[in-house]
Amino acid sequence: MSLDEYKGVYVFAQQVDNKISNISFELLGKAKDLAKDLNTEVAAILLGENVKKLADQLAEYGADKVIVVDDPALKIYATEPYTHAVCSIISKFKPEIVLFGATAIGRDLAPRCSARIHTGLTADCTVLNIGDFPLAPIPGHEDEQLHNQLLMTRPAFGGNTIATIACPDFRPQMATVRPGVMQKIEKIKGVKANLIEFNPGFERNASYVDLLDVVKIVSDTVDISTAKILISGGRGVGSKENFKILQDLADVLGATVSSSRAAVDSGWTSKEQQVGQTGKTVRPHVYFAIGISGAIQHVAGMEEADIIIAINKDSLAPIFDVADYGIVGDLNKIVPLLTEKLKKAIAEKEEAV
Amino acid sequence: MKIVVCIKQVPDTAGEVKFKPDGSLDRAAMLTIMNHDDKAGLEAALRLKEKYGAEVTVLTMGLPKAEDVLREAMAMGADKAVLVTDRVLGGADTWATSTTLAGAIRNMEYDLIITGRQAIDGDTAQVGPQISEHLGIPVISYAQKIEVEGDSVIVERQYEDRYHVLKAKMPCLITALAELNEPRYMTPGGIFDAYKKEITVWGRKDLKDVDDSDLGLAGSPTKIAKASDKVRKGAGIKVDNLGAAEAADYVVNTLKEKFVI
Repeated sequence: MSLDEYKGVYVFAQQVDNKISNISFELLGKAKDLAKDLNTEVAAILLGENVKKLADQLAEYGADKVIVVDDPALKIYATEPYTHAVCSIISKFKPEIVLFGATAIGRDLAPRCSARIHTGLTADCTVLNIGDFPLAPIPGHEDEQLHNQLLMTRPAFGGNTIATIACPDFRPQMATVRPGVMQKIEKIKGVKANLIEFNPGFERNASYVDLLDVVKIVSDTVDISTAKILISGGRGVGSKENFKILQDLADVLGATVSSSRAAVDSGWTSKEQQVGQTGKTVRPHVYFAIGISGAIQHVAGMEEADIIIAINKDSLAPIFDVADYGIVGDLNKIVPLLTEKLKKAIAEKEEAV
Repeated sequence: MKIVVCIKQVPDTAGEVKFKPDGSLDRAAMLTIMNHDDKAGLEAALRLKEKYGAEVTVLTMGLPKAEDVLREAMAMGADKAVLVTDRVLGGADTWATSTTLAGAIRNMEYDLIITGRQAIDGDTAQVGPQISEHLGIPVISYAQKIEVEGDSVIVERQYEDRYHVLKAKMPCLITALAELNEPRYMTPGGIFDAYKKEITVWGRKDLKDVDDSDLGLAGSPTKIAKASDKVRKGAGIKVDNLGAAEAADYVVNTLKEKFVI
């Protein structure tokens, strides 16, 4: 079969506890762009038990069709049955692109699938588009340049380098995509899914493992990757208690408190609040970096924010190299004053309305 | 019990990052270290060895200088070391790396294979699961705790908001998280012994059941279209001489101008 016969942009629609993960909608948003450029359709792959009723949500966020495998073997994520389901779908439907979230599930499932199918997989992509490979034609070999290729861009070396990768000779082209990077489309309310039911059959084999227990970690922190405004603190905040002044500021703005790795390592904030290469990638409308020096690993996780405001007493801190507005000064004095002044400004505005 | 631990020599991207005068990354000037997740995997193997008795073999693929991390691993307590190095293996993506390592492991006896979750230079987390698929054995990724029970392993497998307790019959492959443990230091005696021990060096011809078309740059399905050192957006406005109240006013006005409030 020639590579041109592979059609469609497919998204692995991750669900956990029969709730579709946000990343699935983000992937559909990006898949819609890619499918438009390729003049093809977007399909979602939905695996689980009793998940058919979730399919309409995927349609509302852009899936032209939803392929559902509904089977007890897929109730809780397990590598082998999920790999079997995804690979069976790929063999039958022959998509040209398959996208997965770069989550703890996607980063296990996608490599196992790519090895079974024998195709390329690019990890943790932050930009995806359709283009030519090689990017520019090689003189004398112009007709060898391939068109309509998936170009996958990702950071490496701890965010110090950036590479664009193609998969010219194998199909499907596969990528995992960092959560919080792609934009979902505006929900189209009331759209019904074009549902395709499929079941490849599941038989236990030597690669199955037994699930003995599921232990949920209860956390009351808000998901920082969906916040519109983040108030982020680092080592300069100085103590767990002092994060209170950041929380006060966050309360006034309806924002969420996040932090650098240094604050997590010091035990001042939780791992779920960590922004950066080993934490979460965020792209809020406004990002306050307070007492954060701006190590490259941190910057890699927040530089896509629309507006970056940094407050730091060290005028040479690297955070000022990425900040749109940098204020050199003592956060302990500035932040509480800022909270008070914002409170007043917001109250005045409400009175004026 | 026989345990194979895959380790990788990586540039210390979290340490001092060096740049050439033209602004590009100076990889040669950066220190190399044993990848963190791999070191935790090695430590886990050594603890299993102490508790249940095991032979621990460390395996790496790389340039001849990758011998350094194998010596370090032996100084920590690994029994044997294998270096896979060959010009034809260069430029490998994760597919070609995993076929190479699987080809080497087919020559070995193993009950358990441990890899790090991901390397700090590539950050892909792909090679471990891909090796397991090539070998047709189960994989448990993101291990935060590993125990052995008879012919099985019991592993805590981490997710974003939970963990699963999984039981797999050996042989199987586990990918280790750095937070699994606090790796031990090399001992002076261990360092001394490590330099007396032989390192087994394998090339292309020593890999079992692997086609040439699955190796190196030529056997890599993914191709680099462009690679560059990251160009960051330029710095914005920096104000350096305001009192606290003025600074606060400045931020309030900025947020007003941008319609945030």
